[in-house]
Amino acid sequence: MCGIAALQLRNPRLHPQMGSLLSSMMCQIVDRGPDSAGLAVYDTPGLVSKGTATLSLLGKDQGMPVGDIIAALETLLPLSAATAVRVVGDTTLVSAAVDTGLLVKAVSETLPGSTIIGRGEHVAVMKSVGHPMDIAAEHGLEAMAGSQGLSHTRMATESAVTAGGSHPFSVADDLCLVHNGSFSNHATIRRGLLRDGVVFDSDNDTEVGARYIASRLQQGDDLETALTNLGKVFDGFYTLVVTTADSMAVVRDPIACKPAIIAETADYVAMASEYRALASLPGIESARIFEPEPGKVYTWSL
Amino acid sequence: MTITSLTPGAPAASTARQVEELGLRESATFDRATIADIQRAAATGVYDIRGWGAKRKVPHFDDLLFLGASMSRYPLEGYREKCDTDVVLGDRYASKPLHLQTPVTIAGMSFGALSANAKEALGRGASEVGTSTTTGDGGMTPEERGQSKHLVYQYLPSRYGMNPDDLRKADAIEIVLGQGAKPGGGGMLLGQKITERVAGMRTLPVGIDQRSASRHPDWTGPDDLEIKIGELREITDWKTPIYVKIGASRPYYDTALAVKAGADVVVVDGMQGGTAATQQVFIENVGIPTLAAIPQAVQALQELGLHRKVQLIVSGGIRTGADVAKAMALGADAVAIGTAALIALGDNDPRYAAEYAALGSAAGYYDDFQDGRDPAGITTQDPELSSRLDPVAGGRRLANYLRVLTMEAQTIARACGKSHLHNLEPEDLVALTIEASAMARVPLAGTSWIPGAT
Amino acid sequence: MVTLTAPENLETTLDSFTVDLDGSPVRDLNQALHNAVDGQSWTVESPGGKHSLAVGINTDIGVTINGHAGYYAAGMHQKGDVTITGNAGVGLAENIMSGRVHVKGDASQSAAATGHGGLVVIDGNAGARCGISMKGVDVVVGGNIGHMSAFMAQAGRLVVCGDAGDALGDSIYEARIYVKGTVASLGADCVEKPMEAEHLEELGGLLTAAGRTDKPADFKRYGSARNLYHFSVHNSTSY
Repeated sequence: MCGIAALQLRNPRLHPQMGSLLSSMMCQIVDRGPDSAGLAVYDTPGLVSKGTATLSLLGKDQGMPVGDIIAALETLLPLSAATAVRVVGDTTLVSAAVDTGLLVKAVSETLPGSTIIGRGEHVAVMKSVGHPMDIAAEHGLEAMAGSQGLSHTRMATESAVTAGGSHPFSVADDLCLVHNGSFSNHATIRRGLLRDGVVFDSDNDTEVGARYIASRLQQGDDLETALTNLGKVFDGFYTLVVTTADSMAVVRDPIACKPAIIAETADYVAMASEYRALASLPGIESARIFEPEPGKVYTWSL
Repeated sequence: MTITSLTPGAPAASTARQVEELGLRESATFDRATIADIQRAAATGVYDIRGWGAKRKVPHFDDLLFLGASMSRYPLEGYREKCDTDVVLGDRYASKPLHLQTPVTIAGMSFGALSANAKEALGRGASEVGTSTTTGDGGMTPEERGQSKHLVYQYLPSRYGMNPDDLRKADAIEIVLGQGAKPGGGGMLLGQKITERVAGMRTLPVGIDQRSASRHPDWTGPDDLEIKIGELREITDWKTPIYVKIGASRPYYDTALAVKAGADVVVVDGMQGGTAATQQVFIENVGIPTLAAIPQAVQALQELGLHRKVQLIVSGGIRTGADVAKAMALGADAVAIGTAALIALGDNDPRYAAEYAALGSAAGYYDDFQDGRDPAGITTQDPELSSRLDPVAGGRRLANYLRVLTMEAQTIARACGKSHLHNLEPEDLVALTIEASAMARVPLAGTSWIPGAT
Repeated sequence: MVTLTAPENLETTLDSFTVDLDGSPVRDLNQALHNAVDGQSWTVESPGGKHSLAVGINTDIGVTINGHAGYYAAGMHQKGDVTITGNAGVGLAENIMSGRVHVKGDASQSAAATGHGGLVVIDGNAGARCGISMKGVDVVVGGNIGHMSAFMAQAGRLVVCGDAGDALGDSIYEARIYVKGTVASLGADCVEKPMEAEHLEELGGLLTAAGRTDKPADFKRYGSARNLYHFSVHNSTSY
């Protein structure tokens, strides 16, 4: 139903190659999910910058010329914020040197119909409907540098084939989650989160997982604890990859039907649905290659 | 009810075939059972009192189907891939909640309504599979306490045999406001069953027709109930879980009020729930079906943010593991069985066909639990009849049946991709009829339509 | 935590304890009383109308509540002796099994409800449903009692030195009622019965036990006509 490829580059010398490596990995998992795709890239020059909040908006056309968007945002944000808007492929990136929450508020007022698919200081998120490699090319993945990258190709199960339903789900600053599988009790967990005041963008089961983790992190869990708690609450089948500004985590359900394979070297950690996506990574022949154990949370930090 | 011929001059009963050949037409309004009821009332001048629950057809679990996993959802394999069935009841305030191995519990049935052997058999069967059994309107017997690993002690309006020593021996206390067969009505036990032992336990004269109060003597309504629950917690040092049992009529409000009054567990009994003796007019015309009651009770718990924190036990017409799974998917944490447990013990067994006939009934129809002449030795205090039920063998039959219910529910949960029964959810269900769809609040099969909701 | 105050009076033994509920929860009081041993004497100060005071006592101890109590004071009482110097709320000594509960003021409704044994003495008035569903308890009320008292009363004796309200003894089983004053009305199946020697003696004993000087001969006796013991077409207007 889905393909996952994720890469954390521990060696900064590899950062310039992030896009090309992720693109080559993604190319091998297209068959698993040809409906739509999504990408999350971290610390990519030109997309995000330190000290600046960046929002990723779904779609290149926000119904308003870019200049007008900037002008409207500038009336809501301090002049020193250096508000900028740029279109990358089918994604609109809005950045300003302000708190993310403030930028979200300004964008929601200026563009009430927009869908925010990514937020934070480090991450840019891009999603679209169509062939995954076309989406990657449209966004120029090949040329992107960065510290981490996450890609997902989707075959929709029970929710609509829309860009909004594509992974990754990024619902808190610099947090992204992709999922392969199917949660079997997500409706019940969603009802609980709704009662706690959590707002949802879609009817997608993966969004429930992302919102759950965001809620746990907000309550003080670290990423590993949040995923351990997720394992106690979510039923069904899943392989999850979660990334934050400086870490990456992989977890599979206790039955572990959905595939996952990890390659680890001194330079990088790579995870994919199938080995063929890892096969062309540099130094793969000497990497430690393993399948994650059922129900075990793996985390790596930059 | 008992069928008695009231028209001696009438020809011998026609066979179904003769009726058909003669082209006779039965009235849908005045069918044969209705005619017999009128004739009986005219002859005796007293309303009909009987046991069992509502016999009329109402929307039920049969009108729901599960959406098993296939492509978009994955099923679990049997054996190796676990599907847990345990349930913890009463951990909201009580320091010693019940931890049961199966969510199928035994509903409250009194010693008095049932023979001592039947009560012992219920205790044995329940304990064998790690579930609870419940006392009834008549106190706790030593046999029952001795044979029950988890015993729920009912706290009823009558307070027959209520005493603090037994209260402290109970594993849970169930404050009973009503039961599904007769929400708003008190208990009844006719003279034939008030033997010396039963009378002694209830402080009543032997052989009278006993009528129990329909309201508690020292509290009325949720504001008082909160104080009553406080008293029971103080007496038991906050150790024992406190359930509140309601007969389903306004379960949305009653559940919310039970929770606000401080209950650890809410028990909702639908109109198909059984009784030992109640006016037939009450059984058939008061209360709402179990299917309609569950979503209302669950909604109340969800709105209070306490679904699965204050546990919900549902009873009234649970027969199969599918019923168990459906009740849980709609939001119950556990179920309780009464009538089905008695059938498992041997109630309405065809091997007593001749004796049922002698009582004016038939195997499969016998509901005169009030008369105390039960050929199966279950709903009686007659020593000869009671001795027919071997409590050890009866307990084994009940344990077998409870295991089947649990395994059937597990089978369905696995097929829906759940590693625990309590992960079943309404989204796993569809309805076969518009009525069931509206009541259970799940879509009509093949559509996304829920009458009144979408 | 329970505040234990050292006895000021030198004559009191070390088995005397005082709990001040101004600042100490009822839960701690009851826990302490459940852990108490025979012969101890407890005093509860500042009861302030709190509920469930001294419930579930199961030892031969003496408890004095100095003031007014709320609902269910001395509920499910066994063995010991509880005195309330003020008034008691709803359900005083409900389901009492044995021992003695004494209220010097008035008691609200459902006093001694479902009591199985022991003695409940109310010096003042009792509200409605006094002795409802009583199952062997003896109740002596110095003043009046409210309506529906001794409803479905199964066993035990209810003594009223003042007047009784409406529907006294409705649906009564085998309990005995003695009333010195007037009865507003009798409930279904409750009738006046003759006072025989055994009844005068029984009543005298109850009055003495309650510390009263009323004369047994001034009382009338009420009990069950036993007409409703079996369902019958002739009683259809009573159902």
